[in-house]
Amino acid sequence: MGFQVEKVNDVLVVDVEGQLIVGNRQELKQKVLEELENGERKFVVDFEKTGYIDSSGLGVLVSLSKKVREQGGELRLANLNEDLKTLFELTKLDTLFHIADSREAALKGL
Amino acid sequence: MASDLVLDIPNDLASIEEAVDFVLERCSGCGDDQRSLRLNLRVGLSEALANAMLYGNGPDPSKRVKVEVAFQGSTITARVTDEGRGFDPRHLQDPTRPANILKAEGRGIFLMRKLLDEVYFNDRGNCVTLVLRLPPYRGDGGVGGGARA
Repeated sequence: MGFQVEKVNDVLVVDVEGQLIVGNRQELKQKVLEELENGERKFVVDFEKTGYIDSSGLGVLVSLSKKVREQGGELRLANLNEDLKTLFELTKLDTLFHIADSREAALKGL
Repeated sequence: MASDLVLDIPNDLASIEEAVDFVLERCSGCGDDQRSLRLNLRVGLSEALANAMLYGNGPDPSKRVKVEVAFQGSTITARVTDEGRGFDPRHLQDPTRPANILKAEGRGIFLMRKLLDEVYFNDRGNCVTLVLRLPPYRGDGGVGGGARA
C-alpha cells in the first residue's frame, strides 16, 4: 500500500496503490497538501492499482478537492474500477468530481 | 443470534482488513454472487468495524470489538459490538444532500444502509447488525439482483 507521485507536464499524478482507507488517508492528504503549498495546482489521482476505498478515503478526496479548488486548482480522478465507481455513484460523489476512464483522459484539458 | 463465527479483535484499525478477509473466506458457500461479497459485505463490515473503533471505543487500546457472524443458507448476518457508550443513529444526516456533500465525514453508515439488506442498531447504539441476502447458489456464476450494487 502506498502513494507514488510523479509529474506529467504540469500535472501532479498520484497513484494510489492498494487501498485508500482510514488508516492511510492522512498520508495522501499530507502529500497533496505539501504539493499544493509548493505551488502545484493540477492533480490527478489515479486508482488503477486501487482495490478498495472506504468512506474515510472518499472523505479525504472531498476535502482535498475543496482545498485545491480554493487555491484555484483542480483535482481529477482516473481509472476507477466498477466497484469504486459504484461507491462514488451511491454517495453522489460522481457529481462532485471529474472522473476519467484513463489517466490520459484525465490529463487532457488540465 | 446463534453464531457460526465469533471474532474478538483489538481496537486497532490495522486489524480490520484481516478480520474482514477472514469472514469473507468463510462465506464461500453462501452463494455465487462474488461481487456482493467483495463489495457489499466487505464495505459494510469494514465500515461497521471502523466506526466501532473510531467512534465507539475511541482511542482506547484496552477496548475490544466483537464480531459475530451467522450463515443461514444464502443469508449472512454479522453483528459488530464495541465497548463504547453508544450513540443515537436516528439523527444521522444524508451525506448526498447539497448541504452535506462537501463534508469529509458521514458516509460510513450511509454506505452500510445502501449496500446491505438490513442495518439495525441496539438501543444503546454500541452494536450494529448487518444482514446481506445473497441470491441462491445457481452454480453458473450468475449475479442476482436485489437492493445492492
